[in-house]
Amino acid sequence: MNKATCLKVDGLSKHFGGLAANSDVSFSVEEGEIVSIIGPNGAGKSTLFNCVTGVYKPDRGSVAFFGRDITRMRPDKVCKIGIARTFQIVEVVSEMTVLENVTTGALLHHSRIKTAIEKADEILHFAGLYEKRDFLGTEITIADKKRLEVSMALATQPRLLMLDEAMAGLTKVELREILELLRKIRSEGMTLVIVEHVMEAVMQISDRVVVLNSGKKIMEGKPKEVVSDREVIQAYLGEKYSAHIS
Amino acid sequence: MRNLPIGQLIVGVVVLLLLIAFPLFISQPVHVHTMILVFMFGMLATAWNIIGGYAGMYSFGQVAFFGIGAYTSSYLLVSHGVNPWLGLILGGCAAALVAAAIGYPCSNLRGHYFSIATIAFAEIVRIVFNNWKAVGAAEGLTLPMDNPSFSHFLFNSSKLPYYYIMLGFLILALVVCYFVANSKMGYYFRAIKESHRVAEVMGVNVVLYRLIAVMISAFLSAMAGTFYAQYVLYIDPDSVMLLPFSVQIVLISMLGGAGSLMGPVLGAAILIPASEYTRIALGAKGTGVDMLIYGFLIMMISMYYPEGVWKLVSRIGRKKTKTSVHPEKAAAVTAQP
Repeated sequence: MNKATCLKVDGLSKHFGGLAANSDVSFSVEEGEIVSIIGPNGAGKSTLFNCVTGVYKPDRGSVAFFGRDITRMRPDKVCKIGIARTFQIVEVVSEMTVLENVTTGALLHHSRIKTAIEKADEILHFAGLYEKRDFLGTEITIADKKRLEVSMALATQPRLLMLDEAMAGLTKVELREILELLRKIRSEGMTLVIVEHVMEAVMQISDRVVVLNSGKKIMEGKPKEVVSDREVIQAYLGEKYSAHIS
Repeated sequence: MRNLPIGQLIVGVVVLLLLIAFPLFISQPVHVHTMILVFMFGMLATAWNIIGGYAGMYSFGQVAFFGIGAYTSSYLLVSHGVNPWLGLILGGCAAALVAAAIGYPCSNLRGHYFSIATIAFAEIVRIVFNNWKAVGAAEGLTLPMDNPSFSHFLFNSSKLPYYYIMLGFLILALVVCYFVANSKMGYYFRAIKESHRVAEVMGVNVVLYRLIAVMISAFLSAMAGTFYAQYVLYIDPDSVMLLPFSVQIVLISMLGGAGSLMGPVLGAAILIPASEYTRIALGAKGTGVDMLIYGFLIMMISMYYPEGVWKLVSRIGRKKTKTSVHPEKAAAVTAQP
């Protein structure tokens, strides 16, 4: 099958003062793929996300979405053309109910409140949050908040969904639930790029893995290849994990 | 608010009928005047509520829009004989344009930074008008008193027409606020209030929606300004552009219940009579006791109902219908030692 290139990042660099958060990062994502971006803390994963989605303006390099140049595009426009994202530190509207949060996302392509609410209800059913639709953003657990953030992103009807640590800090059960949700999202034909620390999840769900360290891409490949790469294991997953694997 | 309950609707209609009947039974000018002020501040607080309560932009410069409205219609009337009703619309447009011009460069300012910018803006406007010869500078403008009639927005024999006009304006402001709150705009404003980030990643053009919010708010505030000018028939920068006036608008809205439709009006209904009647009863003695009582009332509300008095009222109203909206939360609370 010959699939279209969904996202193409080329030579992306971003500096904060003297710190090179991203330097010359290139990778691409095919339509329908799940690509994970991993690396130790401070490797530049979130910066990369922010540069792609317009939250930061990259210093150099380009980002293309289905062949269209979106480098330095405003975040709301990036969302409009079909890239939705979540944040490492969960961002939901705390004074809104779960339903209202998702409705806000759905309003992007459905201007009528009634249709937006119908759409939001549909997504809440899909994400398993329907029972909690009348709770406020502040009243739900962290796992539900992450699920809500994913639902808000889905409500904008993206073609590419980018999740920044959607699984950090969750219990085993919660982790399994969110993985199940991601698989469901994928089966609907969505392309996913995820930043993740939880290796268990990365191994299970990714088609390909991109490894970052100190702002540079140091490896890219299938999950198995990445975890069996000695350098990657020792430098990025730690001695302990390498011992565990072999 | 999505499904307005019948109970609330009935209460609303009854209150409206009482308000319409009020001046027919209680005709002493002092009471009618107080009610007119309640409506006017209710409208100003509602206008503030759109940007402050919903969009989270805590403007302390509302008086500038009020003043621009008052000055636009008054100046056009005094120097060009433009009908004040037309002046009302033009004043609203002028204030909205100024709001857009000042709002755009402030697009990235949030929280107290935005507040500071609005204070500075309002002070600049006041100083400009204080020195602007064409609009009377510090002497202000005295409005003509000929041809009192509805079409000239001028009545000298009774306060009644002013009462009903201001009540109408207030209802208009509430209708606007209701439609804003229950439209795409309302959702987007509330997302912007939470954080620009969360709004942006849901595709909200933050700059645009913030501008819409300030423009609507400015237009409504300016309408109240024109009303004030036609009511008092004399304006100067010290009466329509002073900072404490802005502070009072914010106070009324916050203590009444910002972010709810009726909260700011309730705030006006409590604070304005409290301020007026204590002043009438005690102010003449020159002891400042009226201000003490007024200040005490504000302290009490902010201590016990920091989210606004409306929270209390709506809680009573909701108790019967929605006792347990959050059963799990209630259970969790009771389970705690």
